Amino acid sequence: MPTTTLSPRGTTARSTTVALKLLMAVTGLIFVGYLLLHAYGNLKALQGEEAFNSYAEHLRTIGEPMLPYAGLLWIIRVVLILSIIGHAYAAYTLWSRADSARRVKYDAVKTVATAKWMRWGGTFLLVFIVWHLLNFTVPKISPNPHKQGPDILNNPYQLVVATFQVWWMVLIYVAAMVALFMHLKHGAYSAQQTLGWTSTPAAHARAKLVGWVLATVVVVGFLIPPLAIAFGLIGD
Amino acid sequence: MSDLMNLTLKIWRQAGPADKGGFVTYEVSDISPDMSFLEMLDVLNEQLNAKGEEPIAFDSDCREGICGMCGLMISGHAHGPERTTTCQLHMRSFKDGQTITVEPWRANAFPVIKDLVVNRSAFDRIIQAGGYISANTGAAPDAHATPVPKDNADRAFMAAECIGCGACVAACPNASAMLFTASKVVHLGELPQGQPERDARVVAMVNQHDHEGFGGCTNIGECSTACPKGIPQDVISQLNFDLRTAMRHSR
Repeated sequence: MPTTTLSPRGTTARSTTVALKLLMAVTGLIFVGYLLLHAYGNLKALQGEEAFNSYAEHLRTIGEPMLPYAGLLWIIRVVLILSIIGHAYAAYTLWSRADSARRVKYDAVKTVATAKWMRWGGTFLLVFIVWHLLNFTVPKISPNPHKQGPDILNNPYQLVVATFQVWWMVLIYVAAMVALFMHLKHGAYSAQQTLGWTSTPAAHARAKLVGWVLATVVVVGFLIPPLAIAFGLIGD
Repeated sequence: MSDLMNLTLKIWRQAGPADKGGFVTYEVSDISPDMSFLEMLDVLNEQLNAKGEEPIAFDSDCREGICGMCGLMISGHAHGPERTTTCQLHMRSFKDGQTITVEPWRANAFPVIKDLVVNRSAFDRIIQAGGYISANTGAAPDAHATPVPKDNADRAFMAAECIGCGACVAACPNASAMLFTASKVVHLGELPQGQPERDARVVAMVNQHDHEGFGGCTNIGECSTACPKGIPQDVISQLNFDLRTAMRHSR
């Protein structure tokens, strides 16, 4: 069918959906880096209360005296906050765009599971992160009725143990890790694809493998301490 | 001829672009497994004609899998259960007594014209935005004047296999046309003749793609699975790479 006119359109690389995806890829990779460090720190719990708490304290004194107390921690926090804003903005913009790109739905086509996991799973992770911060950062909430008070709340190790001695906290955490696994498996691959690192069949296959490995390493690392606490392998 | 099939067809009927449309169920009998899917629809249309009913409108042209005109969503699969075009899909891929749902490609950028026919002009406008090279007029240069490495030539040919049928858009959960756009970008970008416009091409084509109302790509991969020519996901990575390069060049 011949067409004679071109429609008006954006004219820069920045005005494309691919630019939004690049924002998503870069912020996502920042989170992957953070998660690897976070999982490593959590595993310190296996070494006991002192190792865990001194690691937590070291996070605040690292870089002193060039940086003020908790200086590096705050730099990381600001970067993470900006990253999650950018990541969620790009995600929800593309989600709403996808919805309006197909207003009449198919009768016989099922939505692909990966798409659901990324969007609904990602939303669940966002809600989980809010609870996670309320739980362990600000204001610090112990969901354990037998373990309350400043001695618990101001002791990172004791707060973690108190939290994961509650069965439904373990369930919520495991559910979040399932969502995280699915998110990272596709997300880590997808970021490489969006950055244009997978332009040959071999590189493409490698990127998928990297997604699997990263997701497995992070999620297994995160699952070990809470499950160890839940099954009584480590405790107060 | 005991292997003739009887089928129930649930087909999308829509009188025109403004009509709301809906599914109508038809029964067809004595269908040969050697018929193509379109021939089976031809049989049904003969019956409808004989009864004085409006035949079902669907697109087709070459019926040998190379023009990209035909394209139906068949029981949830673009071009049906096999990796091929609808015209090259045969009824032996179905079972006797089966109910088959037939829908048009669904995307806002592909408005329904009638029944199963959609308007894919959006693809033409994406091509128009940047899917070309500029060549000087005058005597044609010798064919071997510009050497092309074999690997690049092979990859350009692979991407050039895209017939613009729209199955990638139809199968994509986001109704994105990124596989189509990337095929064109890679096809020209692999060749020396495509280099002068490489940055401008990807920027113009992706902007036109977005402007047409296609969704964004989320790297799910349904497009490559549906593509009758088997064009892989890695062409989209190459488009992304070209766009990032263009961005670095302040495009």
